[in-house]
Amino acid sequence: MTEVSVAKEDVAATGDLVVLKSVNKHFGALHVLQDIDLTIARGEVVVVIGPSGSGKSTLCRTINRLESIDSGAITIDGKPLPDEGRELARLRADVGMVFQSFNLFAHKTVLENVMLGQVKVRKADKKQAEEKARALLDRVGVGTQADKYPAQLSGGQQQRVAIARALAMDPKVMLFDEPTSALDPEMINEVLEVMQQLARDGMTMIVVTHEMGFARSAANRVVFMADGRIVEQSAPDQFFSNPRSDRAKDFLSKILHH
Amino acid sequence: MFDFLEGYDLLGAFWTTVQLTLLSAVGSLIWGTLLAAMRVGPVPLMRGFATAYVNIVRNIPLTVIILFSSLGLYSTLNITMGSEVVKTSNFRLAVLGLMLYTAAFVCEALRSGINTVPVGQAEAARALGLNFTQVLGLVVLPQAFRAAVGPLTNVLIALTKNTTVAAAIGVAEAAYLMKEMVENEAQLVLISAIIAVGFCCLTLPTGLFLGWVAKKVAVKR
Ligand SMILES: Nc1ncnc2c1ncn2[C@@H]1O[C@H](COP(=O)(O)OP(=O)(O)O)[C@@H](O)[C@H]1O
Ligand SMILES: [Mg+2]
Repeated sequence: MTEVSVAKEDVAATGDLVVLKSVNKHFGALHVLQDIDLTIARGEVVVVIGPSGSGKSTLCRTINRLESIDSGAITIDGKPLPDEGRELARLRADVGMVFQSFNLFAHKTVLENVMLGQVKVRKADKKQAEEKARALLDRVGVGTQADKYPAQLSGGQQQRVAIARALAMDPKVMLFDEPTSALDPEMINEVLEVMQQLARDGMTMIVVTHEMGFARSAANRVVFMADGRIVEQSAPDQFFSNPRSDRAKDFLSKILHH
Repeated sequence: MFDFLEGYDLLGAFWTTVQLTLLSAVGSLIWGTLLAAMRVGPVPLMRGFATAYVNIVRNIPLTVIILFSSLGLYSTLNITMGSEVVKTSNFRLAVLGLMLYTAAFVCEALRSGINTVPVGQAEAARALGLNFTQVLGLVVLPQAFRAAVGPLTNVLIALTKNTTVAAAIGVAEAAYLMKEMVENEAQLVLISAIIAVGFCCLTLPTGLFLGWVAKKVAVKR
């Protein structure tokens, strides 16, 4: 175990993990992603923020190729995203994704949700997969819910299970697409705390969120998007206290004063 | 009153009906599932084939399909389904015809089930690194089947009644026996009533049982 983590830290010292180079994407006539250049270093936590419809979800989804791109290049850990097929499936397993609407498998128990990818994709032994699943569920604070079905859990609990499900694949990077937007206010913090802990543990994270508290405390960088472009990016404190672009100023004034 | 029944194998005839139903049901469930998988799959050729199959087959009268099995496959092409005995051969051809026909309806029932599964379920499965077959087999279809128990029950009940068409190619099931009795006996109303009750004995419990199953396996969201 220690050998593995030491080896991981050695690698962690070097290099960019996710690189997008002049990525363009259209939905019909709509140019959703326009010349996106974005580099995320290993261990970095990047918060993506911007008005609704600016392309944040699409950006996330191109990174594990749930959406294909029209031009440009995306590489993960030095490897370009392959076309649909076995190669792509393998790469997706290395990219964890957490959705706004949780998307836990409704016909499987919480435990089975966290075991499925390990057993079917990583070909892990059932027994070991279960141990790991239980440990992860404990880590996100829902260990006692293991045998329930998703519909029996609160939204906050479901989202924490979804995080455990993604972590079970030992991903190199985690994508979060507005993970707390579908939650009742009193459940937001329990999910953010798990994410904060993850960030402290050194996970590389791309997080679409409007939770400024999270951005200030956990993010290394804030990326502001509008109309399919990255308009500005800077350190969280600088971005929130002193945004440079008019678009960002305008947007921040809206979310700050509701 | 029921004396005339002597000399007729009523139970045997209904047993043939049950066999026709069960064998065609299993066959059409398998073939219908494959068709549904093709219809939602990524290969255009398979999608086109499955769509065309469903649209053509469900618009042809079953009688025509059964007669084609017998006249086309057996008499013309001499396909005997592995038996030289005419009776057995006809039974198997009837199962084949019923299976091919019913599969189109199974496919549509399943597709309605697939439509109840939110797209997020398949996306989450893909995001984990599952391939297309795994996404379908482990996540989408298990939920689709649960949602489709109701529609599939209707298909099964229709299939049970549709087996009577096999009489057209001489399979000695319930309707065939009925025709035979009607030709030789005087109690026409009673004969029809007996056959009708017989079918109800098959279909009503099936409907009740599967209705219970549908509630039991329903996916809570
Ligand atoms: N599958 C799709 N087909 C067509 N248009 C889409 C699709 N997904 C998103 N869009 C459009 O692309 C734009 C960007 O969407 P999205 O990436 O979801 O923005 P955000 O997450 O920033 O709110 C929106 O105008 C949206 O309507
Ligand atoms: Mg979005």
